[in-house]
Amino acid sequence: MVAAAEHAAEDTARPEALTLPAGRLPALDGPVKMRSRDLRLWYGDKLALTGINLDIPEHQVTALIGPSGCGKTTFLKCLNRMNDTIDGVRIEGLASLDGADIYDRAIDVVQLRARVGMVFQKPNPFPKSIYDNIAYGPRIHGLANGKRELDGIVESSLRRAGLWDEVSGRLDELATGMSGGQQQRLCIARTIAVSPEVILMDEPCSALDPISTARIEELIDELRDNFTIVIVTHNLQQAARVSQLTAFFHLGRLIEVNGTAELFHSPGESMTEDYITGRFG
Amino acid sequence: MTDPAPAMTSYHLSEKAGRRLRRRYARERGFKVLSLGALGLTALFLVILLGSVVLSGWSGFITTKMRLDVTYSESHVDAGDPSSGNIRMVVLDALRERFPDVSDRRGLRALLGIVSNRGFLDVGREVAGDPALVGRTVEFWLPVSSDIDMLNKGYIDRTAPEDRRRLDDRTIAWIDDLEASGDIATVFNWTFLTSGDSREPELAGIGGAVLGSFWVLLVTFLVSFPTGVAAAIYLEEFAPKRRWVDIIEVNINNLAAVPSIVFGLLGLAVFLNVMHLPRSAPVVGGLTLALMTLPTIIITTRASMKGIPPSIRDAALGIGASPVQVVSHHLLPLAMPRLLTGAIIGMAQALGETAPLLMIGMVAFVVDLPGGPADAATALPVQIFLWADSPERGFVEKTSAAIMVLLGFLVAMNGLAVYLRQRFEIRW
Repeated sequence: MVAAAEHAAEDTARPEALTLPAGRLPALDGPVKMRSRDLRLWYGDKLALTGINLDIPEHQVTALIGPSGCGKTTFLKCLNRMNDTIDGVRIEGLASLDGADIYDRAIDVVQLRARVGMVFQKPNPFPKSIYDNIAYGPRIHGLANGKRELDGIVESSLRRAGLWDEVSGRLDELATGMSGGQQQRLCIARTIAVSPEVILMDEPCSALDPISTARIEELIDELRDNFTIVIVTHNLQQAARVSQLTAFFHLGRLIEVNGTAELFHSPGESMTEDYITGRFG
Repeated sequence: MTDPAPAMTSYHLSEKAGRRLRRRYARERGFKVLSLGALGLTALFLVILLGSVVLSGWSGFITTKMRLDVTYSESHVDAGDPSSGNIRMVVLDALRERFPDVSDRRGLRALLGIVSNRGFLDVGREVAGDPALVGRTVEFWLPVSSDIDMLNKGYIDRTAPEDRRRLDDRTIAWIDDLEASGDIATVFNWTFLTSGDSREPELAGIGGAVLGSFWVLLVTFLVSFPTGVAAAIYLEEFAPKRRWVDIIEVNINNLAAVPSIVFGLLGLAVFLNVMHLPRSAPVVGGLTLALMTLPTIIITTRASMKGIPPSIRDAALGIGASPVQVVSHHLLPLAMPRLLTGAIIGMAQALGETAPLLMIGMVAFVVDLPGGPADAATALPVQIFLWADSPERGFVEKTSAAIMVLLGFLVAMNGLAVYLRQRFEIRW
C-alpha cells in the first residue's frame, strides 16, 4: 500500500506521464462502441481518474476490476454522465459513444442515458408496481403507442431478464416486496425496456446471494447478443466468468487492459498479478 | 480441563471490576428515575392544564332555558302587521301571569331581566312568521340572561349578603319557583357553536371565530404550501451549491425562529399600509400567517425530500428521466406523506397564532359570521383573548370553552398528520 500511495503522489505531480500509450491497448476483434481517451476526473481538488484510455468493444462484456476506491465506478459513471449530478466534479479528456463525444454541448444528457442505461449496486426498484417499474422508462421516452404495445414491452423486457415466469401473475404487486435477486433482475429488465445500446452495471451482484448471482451472470451472458455491457465487479471470478475484456484499475489509473483470459493467465503488469493472486486489494 | 493459571484470571472477574460494574448500574438506575420523574412532571402539568380548562369550560357548552306560556294579545300585536308588535309587553304580560304578586316598577323590570334579549327576538320572530298566532297562547323555551344562567350553574354564592351578589333575594326566589315547577331546563348550547361574538355572554358564540380561522387558514395554506414546496424543490434539487444559496438557506432557518409579532408588523406595513388590503380581513391574516408558515414548510419539505434514498434518484436518472421528471414522478410523490404532515403541523401552528393577528386588526368585535376571506372577522385564539379580557362572569366559562374548541381542532389536525404519515409513508 505504501508503494501505491507513492504512485498516487507521483500521479498528481506529473499526470501527463501516466497516459497509457495507445499501442498498449489490446487489438479488438469487434467494432468499438465506447471509447475514452485521456479521461481525467476531479472531485473538487482531488484527481480521481488520471487519464484513462479504454476502448469498449460492441456486443461484449467489459469488466472493470480493482480494489475499493480505485476509480472503476467513477469511470463507469462517466460513461453515462451520472457524475454530472455530483457537485464539484470536473471532467477533462474524451469519452465517446459511436465516435461522438458524450461531453459535447450538442449531446443531450437525457438522451444519452436512454442509450447508455445503468444498473446499480443495490437493487433500486421504484416503490411502485412491477409493471410500472418496467413501463416507466418506455412511458417517459414515448416508446410505446398505447397500452397493448406497452404491455408487450413489459413482457419482453421481463422475459429477457428471466423474470417473466416468476412475476407474470403479479405484475401489479409492489416491486419492493420482491427478493433481492428478483429486484436486481427487475432493475435490469427496467433498463432493457428503454432499449439502450450499452448497459453499465455497477457491482450488480454485490448485494445478492450466490444463486441469484449465478442467474444474473447467465443473464449478462445472454444480454451480450443485443447490448454492449460494462460491468464493475469486486469479484474476480465473476469478471473471469462473464467478461471478454478486463480492465484493471488502481488508484485512479488504468493499470492494464486485456482480453479476460490473457489478463488472468498472463498479466502484463506485476501490480495486476499481485491483485489477481490476492496479494493486495 | 485443568485449573486456569493465575495469570489467566480475567480482570473482568476481579473485585475492582465488580465495583465498577455496580457503579455503572447505579448510574443507569439514577438516570432512569430522573427521566421518569421528568416525564411524570410533564404529564402532571398537562393534566393540570387540561383539567382546569375543562373544569371551568365544560359549562360553556350548556345553557339555561325557561318555559313561558306567551299569549300574543291583540292589544300588543296587530295581526295585520305582526312584526312591529310590542313584544316586550307581550313577554312582560306572560311573566306577570306567571308571577302575579309582582307589581312594583322595579320588580317588573327585574322580571323582564330574567329573559335574555334573544328571548324577545325569538318570541317576536315566531309571530312575525305566523300572524295566525295573534290572540293565541304559545309555549316557549326562552334563553335566560347570563346572571340567571350563572345562578343555575351554581356560580353565584347564595350565602353571600344580598348587596354583594349580582342577584337579589327576590329574583333568586323566582328562579327557585320556576325550578320547582320544572320550568327551568339545562340544554346543549348550540348558540355557542354557531353564532358570532356578542356583548351578552349567554348569546356569545365561537361560530364567527371558527369561520374566521377557517378563512385565515385557507388563505395561509393556498399561499404558503405551493410557494414553500416549490422553493424547497428548487433549493434541494436544482440550486447550484453557491454562496448565495447557502445564505438563503441560513436565512430561511433564521426566519423560522423570528417571533410571530414581527410577522404581524410586516403584515401591517406591507399588506395594510402599502397594498391597502381591507383591515381585519382573513385574507390579510392569511397572508401574514403564510409568511410565518413558509419557512416551516420549506424546511419540512426539504427534510422529507432528503429522506428519500438517493438510489431512487439514480434509478430514475439512469433510465433517462429528466430532472423535472425525477422530481414530479418520484421525489414529490414519495415525499408527499411527510410533506403533508409538516404542512398540517405548520397550519396547526398558524391556527394557534394570536400576536400577528392583533397587529393587522383581526382583534375586532365581530358579530356577523364572515362569509368570505375579505369580510371582517376574528380568529379563535383572538376570540379567546377578547373574552379573557371581559369582566362579565359569563365570559369566564366561554373563554375556557373556546380554549377547549381550539385544542380540539389542534388535536384533530395533529392526529390527521400522524394518521397520514402512518398510513401513506413508504419505508425502506
